[in-house]
Amino acid sequence: MKTYKEINEKIRKGEAVVVTAEEIIDIVEEKGTKRAAKEVDVVTTGTFAPMCSSGAFINFKNSTPKIRAQKVWLNGVNTYAGLAATDVYLGATELPDEDLLNKVFPGSFKYGGGHVLEDLVAGRHIKLRAISYGTDCYPKREIETVIDIKSVNQAILTNPRNAYQNYNVAINKYSERTIYTYMGILRSKIGNANYCSAGQLSPLLNDPFYKTIGIGTKIFLGGGEGFVYWEGTQHNPSVKRGTNGVVRAPAGTLAVVGDLKQMSPEWLKGTSITGYGVTLTIGIGIPIPILSEDIVKYTAVKDKDIYTQIVDYSKDYPNGVNKSYGEVNYKQLRDGYIEIEGKQVPTGALSSYKKAREIAEILKNKIKKGRFELTKPVKSLSSGE
Amino acid sequence: MIKKRVVLTFPHEIVSQPVVYHLVKDYNLMINILRARVTPQEQGRLVVEISGSKKELEAGMNYLAELNIDIQSLARDIKWHENKCVHCTACIPHCPTDAISLDRDTMKVSFDKEKCIACELCISACPYQAIEIVI
Repeated sequence: MKTYKEINEKIRKGEAVVVTAEEIIDIVEEKGTKRAAKEVDVVTTGTFAPMCSSGAFINFKNSTPKIRAQKVWLNGVNTYAGLAATDVYLGATELPDEDLLNKVFPGSFKYGGGHVLEDLVAGRHIKLRAISYGTDCYPKREIETVIDIKSVNQAILTNPRNAYQNYNVAINKYSERTIYTYMGILRSKIGNANYCSAGQLSPLLNDPFYKTIGIGTKIFLGGGEGFVYWEGTQHNPSVKRGTNGVVRAPAGTLAVVGDLKQMSPEWLKGTSITGYGVTLTIGIGIPIPILSEDIVKYTAVKDKDIYTQIVDYSKDYPNGVNKSYGEVNYKQLRDGYIEIEGKQVPTGALSSYKKAREIAEILKNKIKKGRFELTKPVKSLSSGE
Repeated sequence: MIKKRVVLTFPHEIVSQPVVYHLVKDYNLMINILRARVTPQEQGRLVVEISGSKKELEAGMNYLAELNIDIQSLARDIKWHENKCVHCTACIPHCPTDAISLDRDTMKVSFDKEKCIACELCISACPYQAIEIVI
């Protein structure tokens, strides 16, 4: 059995054997868990999907004379400024004050917090407006200026809930009309089914009991380096699990943090969800050290062995009714059709499997080249075990 | 026999006229209506596939032009911005003609203009504004 130290030594020498969460499947099938655990050092995972509960702390340079900013807008999008003089938190789902919202239904939500974050990361200029009431030490009452990623002192992506371990499949069973949800557009009479997970590539589905992913784990975040700083909000490890240990419903989540200045607009995208609102699509990749045979077995999980629940978003979800219309696996979902109540229903995803695959590949190459070492968590996430 | 796919935009005052009837009856054209939409107080939009001889087709087009109906070829109508597409597949179940399709091995989305009937269902399904209607 290997340790973090041994794996990192191999990474530094450029000798680590690193494969993606897809590649490990065949390796384990061919060689068995014992040999795979011995030969493989790291398995990389990836996910790329809209992830609500995201945002950034931004500290902008103060004006002369100074302002103790009370309300701050970035490109017309409201931020939370109740932190200090020039610290704000820009949330991904925040909208401009003048947005039409759903007044003309369904609203298109073309711009919001997620888009400001993408613009910022892309190096574009952002209009900043701040107002205040004036104090002896901060006399200025209003400023309008332009900021960009280079001119701000800090921009720290701080997301309280990302990388959901599994998620619902959404359908519209009861409404007569098309409904517009955060899971996308759902046509009446179960016209389509939407899902949102990278399945066999997804970080927490490859580490179902959080044996390696914990507080302090270094990750790929939005194209830069980030860390898991806590278990995410709504983290719920106690959902039902299969015999393989894999959760069969939304379960664990991660709170992650990283320097926005290092990130890239390719992996952080403003997202407009018709009739619902805006959010941020984020690329996350997490390396899993193969410390034991158990761990390699978990990383070899296949789409066909990862199940999730079909949930109605027309009546049940809005009313807090916890009901499943069947279980499907990610192989079925990714093949394009699932059967619900005897009907073949076409599937669509909000999570990009192609991008998830690219992230796992990028992370693999970084580790192979010795540019990304692994960190041992300082504390585990609660596992419900 | 020539086949042409066009987007016809009707001015408000023409909306109530039986234009398609005349195309069939007077110009001997075969019309396949792919999509029709009339919004109150607004214009009408008709996406059609028109087939007929070269001469008949030209005459029919002249008739439409005389009525101030704007004619655009369908191919220019819907634009897929590949650089904005993240290949999430949110649009896939909404496309009725497989103009937007997914390679299940590479999980890459692609767009085939020839198959597109400009129904616009994909536009609101795309979270990244990667599909645009060009008018």
